[in-house]
Amino acid sequence: MADIRFIQGNEACALGALYAGCRFFAGYPITPSSEIAEMLSEELPLVGGAFIQMEDEIGAMAATIGASIAGRKSMTATSGPGMSLKLENLGYACITEIPCVIVNVQRGGPSTGLPTSPAQADIMQARWGTHGDHPIIAVCPSSVSEMFTETVRAFNLAEMFRTPVIVLSDEIIGHMREKIIIPEEGTIEIVNRKKPVCKPDEYKPFKGEEDGVPPMANFGEGYRYHITGLSHNEEGFPIQSGELVHKMNLRMHEKIYRNLDKIIKNEIYMCDDADVIIFAIGGAARSSKGAIRHLREEGIKAGLYRPLTIWPFPEETLLKACGKAKDVLVVEMNLGQMIFEVKRVLSPAGVRVEGMFDSSGEPFTPLAVANRVKEIIKR
Amino acid sequence: MEINYHEYLREKMMPHIWCSGCTHGIVTKALLRAIHKAGLNKDKVVVISGIGCASRMPGYLDFNTLHTTHGRALAFATGIKLARPDLHVIVVAGDGDAVAIGGNHFIHACNRNIDITLIVLNNNIYGMTGGQRSPTTFEGDISSTSVYGSIGQPIDVVNLALGAGATFVARSTSYHVQQLESYIYSGIIHKGFAVIDAISACYTAYGRRNKQKYKSVVDMLDYMKANAINISAAKEKGQAELKGKILVGIFRDIVEPEYCEEYAKMVERIKNKK
Repeated sequence: MADIRFIQGNEACALGALYAGCRFFAGYPITPSSEIAEMLSEELPLVGGAFIQMEDEIGAMAATIGASIAGRKSMTATSGPGMSLKLENLGYACITEIPCVIVNVQRGGPSTGLPTSPAQADIMQARWGTHGDHPIIAVCPSSVSEMFTETVRAFNLAEMFRTPVIVLSDEIIGHMREKIIIPEEGTIEIVNRKKPVCKPDEYKPFKGEEDGVPPMANFGEGYRYHITGLSHNEEGFPIQSGELVHKMNLRMHEKIYRNLDKIIKNEIYMCDDADVIIFAIGGAARSSKGAIRHLREEGIKAGLYRPLTIWPFPEETLLKACGKAKDVLVVEMNLGQMIFEVKRVLSPAGVRVEGMFDSSGEPFTPLAVANRVKEIIKR
Repeated sequence: MEINYHEYLREKMMPHIWCSGCTHGIVTKALLRAIHKAGLNKDKVVVISGIGCASRMPGYLDFNTLHTTHGRALAFATGIKLARPDLHVIVVAGDGDAVAIGGNHFIHACNRNIDITLIVLNNNIYGMTGGQRSPTTFEGDISSTSVYGSIGQPIDVVNLALGAGATFVARSTSYHVQQLESYIYSGIIHKGFAVIDAISACYTAYGRRNKQKYKSVVDMLDYMKANAINISAAKEKGQAELKGKILVGIFRDIVEPEYCEEYAKMVERIKNKK
């Protein structure tokens, strides 16, 4: 019999993590993501995993990376101010290519902001928050079911590409309760990191294979090697040579950007004949979908483009799906972030791109979105 | 037990970055002898560091080595240890790394009593960045950010560890190499969180600026020799007599429940219930 539950998004995230094989979680209490830590503190010891509440968000990110180096699939979850603190070691996970998952259940900011209200104002932070050039993958669930499936996908991408992956959720999706059918074991494919097959003394822990991704030995498996946050060579030792540093940065970039077909995921809803397309993620996409149904009933050809992978930005698919529309409305719970990316892709194609922004901590109503669409198509 | 250092070093990483006169190498050798004496399997040893001169040590050592972010080594180490309790986890840190930026992790690692050995290579200065005042710089001493003399009392690493609940706490110096080695060894075989405050000397960034105290590198080692006093001998002396002295010895060596073992016990307990 199918495992049907009525649960919160945050709980679905925890269950998704377990399904993906997560066996380590380090966290720190913060609203509105704490339910993920709470649930995993209860579940992980039952499946041979470990949970630890660290002294701060920085330590939680560090322990998460450490556990992954020791061979456990690992995750941490946070929100707003906590995400700001994760960024230091997020960069470390990027340069050392350690797979792990970071959940950010977005709330209002800046600083303490609106701890119990939703926002989508960390989109650019997810991309650029940690210093230095680095690629990043961020996925955006829009329902309780997707909190499960996108968390699984985040782990798979992390393992496949030896990279940290951010699950960029928001308080609406995190705290909402919906029906979810928990997939049976084996329904969703689970990816595990590639392991080296060479002898330990031949192992180059940072030499990419054809796909740009180096196989990863876990500590304690007989491959004694060095991991450093300094720019390093293929053997993992610090280097000063500008040429080699640049080469390393390019390889890390390309292992993501050359594999976009495996990373990019979108929902393209009623876009084929659409004159006007809404671009939205997470909680805002739900209001937008409601708006599209109203608009269609009134004979307005509206559609939704919803990226489930927001970083890397889905340039090609966006252009393909929306390049012929007259208008695109970017609906986001912030003062305008994704719109810059959408304009970058669609403005050269002659698409008029408008924004609908709100930072009040209140979800958009479908009616308000529908009215805004009607306004922009009038011009 | 004769040690062949070559077996433990990554010689292709040489030359090391430490200045001539730096005593971090002395602490490194003491650590290697302690590991050798404990008979640890190199594949099961993890050495972790943060940022700073001391933190470059793991790169030179032929173990599983992790050079992390400033102050965070203990938090990374906690993740590794809890994920793989069978590994021997050793953290090396400078004074700034351990008790300034990493102070919070230091306190909580002590409190958790997780089976990790921390060696603080305490040279009272931020050496790598050019000699800025650290939390263990002595009052009145000159650094590049305390050019008129450091204000306030230095943090005592041992007292901090004792207060936070570490179950093995010791201090020795780069001069007292055999004692230092034996404390590191005891720390490694100790089940629980062990802190060894290893007094080290930085002539380049610290000694040179404080010529009234140290005319040479040798003076810095002589200072350790002349001023180290064992805690048992110190008990009979008054406060005034102990001013400026380096208290050495094992300050605490007790057995308390260890974090990973307690976690494993909890898992067993709930398994039986469910």
